[in-house]
Amino acid sequence: MPDIALGHYLIVGAILFILGFLGIFLNRKNVIIILMSIELMLLAVNINMVAFSAYWHDLTGQVFTMFILTVAAAETAIGLAIVVVLFRNRGTIAVEEINQMKG
Amino acid sequence: MTWGLMMTELPDFLPVLPEFLLICAALGLLMAGAFLREGKAASDVIGLWAVLFMTVSGLLVVSGSGGNITTFNGMFITDHFSVFMKILILVSGSVTLMMSLPWLQDERISKFEFPILVLFATVGMLMMVSANDLMAMYLGLELQSLSLYVIAAYHRDNSRATEAGMKYFVLGSLASGLLLFGASFVYGFTGQTEFDGLAKSLAGVDKASMGAIIGAVFIIFGLAFKLSAVPFHMWTPDVYEGAPAPVTAFFALAPKIAAMALLVRVLTGPFMAMAEQWQQIVMILAMASMILGAFAALNQTNIKRLMAYSSIGHVGYALIGLSVGNMIGVLGLLVYLTIYLVMNLGVFAIILSMRQKGRLTEGIEDLSGLAKTQPLMAAALAALMFSMAGIPPLAGFFSKLYVFIAAIESQMYVLAIVGVLTSVVSAFYYLRIIKIMYFDEPVETFDKPLSRAVALTLAASSIVVLGFFLYPPPLLMQAEEATAALFPG
Repeated sequence: MPDIALGHYLIVGAILFILGFLGIFLNRKNVIIILMSIELMLLAVNINMVAFSAYWHDLTGQVFTMFILTVAAAETAIGLAIVVVLFRNRGTIAVEEINQMKG
Repeated sequence: MTWGLMMTELPDFLPVLPEFLLICAALGLLMAGAFLREGKAASDVIGLWAVLFMTVSGLLVVSGSGGNITTFNGMFITDHFSVFMKILILVSGSVTLMMSLPWLQDERISKFEFPILVLFATVGMLMMVSANDLMAMYLGLELQSLSLYVIAAYHRDNSRATEAGMKYFVLGSLASGLLLFGASFVYGFTGQTEFDGLAKSLAGVDKASMGAIIGAVFIIFGLAFKLSAVPFHMWTPDVYEGAPAPVTAFFALAPKIAAMALLVRVLTGPFMAMAEQWQQIVMILAMASMILGAFAALNQTNIKRLMAYSSIGHVGYALIGLSVGNMIGVLGLLVYLTIYLVMNLGVFAIILSMRQKGRLTEGIEDLSGLAKTQPLMAAALAALMFSMAGIPPLAGFFSKLYVFIAAIESQMYVLAIVGVLTSVVSAFYYLRIIKIMYFDEPVETFDKPLSRAVALTLAASSIVVLGFFLYPPPLLMQAEEATAALFPG
């Protein structure tokens, strides 16, 4: 059985981060999916942070993770609130419909 | 459990007093707003208190200015650079808030939460400027961004404002994600998050490791989003156009100054050892911003959208100073930002008073014949536009001169040439506004009475723009002191 080393964690983190990144730009359907993609990116960063923290035997990374989790929760709350006001004005949250302004 | 184990030393609160005051003020005002009777008076009173607290905080910043002081285990730093930047941020925050209150009142969207959100955003910006650790940097940035997302969608019954808020939220969080990913790499490949420690460990090795460089690049990308430097500018025109005018005014000034301050501190501090790498990136950002800012603004009809492209261009010029990467360059950047602040306050004072028969207008054509109907206002706007175009001897000329000189002295001729050429192109659309005001026939006049805050701001900013060349030393001396704090020895 091969050991799971730092590199493996970083690869998982990078894959999740790229998935989140692509989810924002390739997604043509729903704003909620964008919110999920943003969350995915932040969680990928958390995996990196915890892996590095274990690697260095240093707690800073884990403290950082706690802060990221907290801020991500607040961020999602604000995002959902904006989705709600957007829906009230438009009656839709499809990504294609968010195009009143162009340039 | 014994209390002895629980005791930890209380950090020194004196350096964070300005931020501490603003946070307490924001929380207190939030409470007051909840209990005051809803109505016209409540939001105005709270807005004025917010301005007052920002002023007091500014006085605390000035009075506490000493050498380098760090506190909270080295996470928070105050030095001449942070004092300089904090004053710029507090001035832009309080002046735009003063100008917004009557505007929001007229539009009947005045709510007591607005000044409080501005206060929180301002605290976040002050923390960004004073951050001395990746964690402190992230928290300051997020406090700022989260407040700004809400402010952008503040006019919640307006579908364009909510769309602006949504776009800003998505791209802003993406930027935070990039920044964090970079921070995780920097931490992972150095084992440090504190800026001083990072600087030591990155300078110690002959060649910085690839991982740390990737991390630094991601951090630059994240901050470039907040700065709206090309190619990370996509949100700017839409948000500037969709958000209510006072929000646009706030967005164009304080967050840009804070993001620039953070970028300067990060690049000249911990990442100075990899200057060769980041200078290239900043140079590309600067050139792309200048070019896009000049050309994309040419056929705009909405003045807020025009100001968005103009601000993208100005960020490009300011970044020239950073990409030079030495004291002269950063000095030029600080002077540039200060004059940018003064000019934009004046221009937004006029945008905030564009109102015909009680209805808001945002078209550039609506300015036609302003010279006949309101000659004073037209003269002030003309001076500001000449200054933005960089016509001597106005202030805008000197701000461009300093960054171009810095570029030429370090043999970065390409940057200087692109800068000069794009300012010629951008002069076209600044001068077009003057042409519309002075040579087109008036269609409709603006409603006369300007609010006192708007009139004062406009007068002050045009006087500074016109008279800067008579006595520049005060600004130059302060900027020099601020720069010296970043480049010790």
